[in-house]
Amino acid sequence: MNPDDVKYTSSHEWVRVDGEVGTIGITDHAQKQLGEIVYLELPEVGHVYNANEEFGTVESVKAVSELFTPVAGEVVEVNKGAVGEPGIINDDPFGDGWLVKLKLSSDEDVASLMSAEDYEKYVKEEEHGA
Amino acid sequence: MGAPAAAAAALKRTPLYGIHRELGARMVDFGSWEMPVQYAGILEEHRAVRECVGLFDVSHMGELDVVGPGALAALQALTPNDVAKLADGRIHYSAFLTERGTFVDDLLVYRRSADSYLVVVNASNTPKDFEWARSRARGDVRVADVSSDYALIAVQGPKAAALLSRVSSPDPTDLPYYGFREDTTVCGARTLVSRTGYTGEDGFEVYCRPEDAERIFHGLLDEGRADGVAPCGLGARDTLRLEAKMALYGNDIDDTVTAYEADLGWIVKPSKGDFTGREALLAQKAAGVPRKLVGFEMSDRGIARHGYAAKTAVGPGVVTSGTHSPTLGKPIGLALLPAGAATVGTEFEVDIRGRAAGARVVPTPFYKRPSP
Repeated sequence: MNPDDVKYTSSHEWVRVDGEVGTIGITDHAQKQLGEIVYLELPEVGHVYNANEEFGTVESVKAVSELFTPVAGEVVEVNKGAVGEPGIINDDPFGDGWLVKLKLSSDEDVASLMSAEDYEKYVKEEEHGA
Repeated sequence: MGAPAAAAAALKRTPLYGIHRELGARMVDFGSWEMPVQYAGILEEHRAVRECVGLFDVSHMGELDVVGPGALAALQALTPNDVAKLADGRIHYSAFLTERGTFVDDLLVYRRSADSYLVVVNASNTPKDFEWARSRARGDVRVADVSSDYALIAVQGPKAAALLSRVSSPDPTDLPYYGFREDTTVCGARTLVSRTGYTGEDGFEVYCRPEDAERIFHGLLDEGRADGVAPCGLGARDTLRLEAKMALYGNDIDDTVTAYEADLGWIVKPSKGDFTGREALLAQKAAGVPRKLVGFEMSDRGIARHGYAAKTAVGPGVVTSGTHSPTLGKPIGLALLPAGAATVGTEFEVDIRGRAAGARVVPTPFYKRPSP
């Protein structure tokens, strides 16, 4: 299920804001679509991103997908555990499978993101539409 | 994250479609067929085939009957391998080639008798292949697309023979590699069973009537529980065939790649007489084959995928297949490289979405099953 304490993007990332730091990952729906994840490319600490900027890639056996920042900010931490064992993204996408932590440039980006309820609706529409 | 496109409407379905849904498969559009890409997961299914036994629905494959007193002569002219060498009940790997020696398709030829053959082709190429063979077959021969008469279930893995022998009569598991028989009943249904596959493991392919497919698939799943049987999708089929360095039409071979470039010279028998593509292939061999399909491993991180550009010391190449090898636990692939860069040990670079990643030509197959 999609937790209520995070915000969602239309490209299936989530961000959990705690003070001035946002933790970013991909959603359970995203990991299911990808299948077993075998590679993860993440930026170095210190990189600065705008919102909606590509910050890495995630690869399963079948497919590769770009990762986009839900919010602007500077990378302050990278999940080395997930780089070494990308399978934890499949096992725990909203927990141990987080990807990077950003020091937010502003708190305006977060307001424009989806709630869990909106995201669920969005996923349903995406599955039935397109 | 970039979302994959949703499936289009009006896809063809195999007789096992209902079972795939029941088993919770994820379905994808594969060359106009709605096929299972995975059930439990690609890695798990891959392992089941390497260690136990897996079941694949490959009913989308096409079947052509080539029948008549002129069948042998027609196939000799249409395909590069020597059909005269086939005995009744034997199969060989071959191709339809263009005049340029490039692939219309790769295929299997089953010899039923001197004037009756079954040609098994790639699903999405079936209409093209049928038209190709029908319009070019000379003499007293009839070519018919009989694909809708058959469902096809592949039973693959070290325990495939044990499983199949328990539900079959007479027992087909004494078939030699690339042999087949048509008198075997599997789970009570009449079949054609061949000792063939696309996984690099021992295994069988069971051709049956579409209305018998569910019963056989269910029967094998139930009986195989003790063997650790797993239903397997196209995802595992791709990783398995790639580890065994079996070419995939549309990825590694197509009408721009010759049989020699594809490293499939062993199916080309110029001494048997004339066949479509022969002259071009002889000319290419005499002039020197300019590029070659080779196996590679990545020395840097990341998976080099189909279509990615390769850069060697002697010129450009292209990646034709790439994946994460579940058995080896590392990224592997196939690439068409200039002949001067095609020897084992040669280092080259692949452009992985703008990043130059190191790769190295390695011996193939990547995986060879342990001898029994």
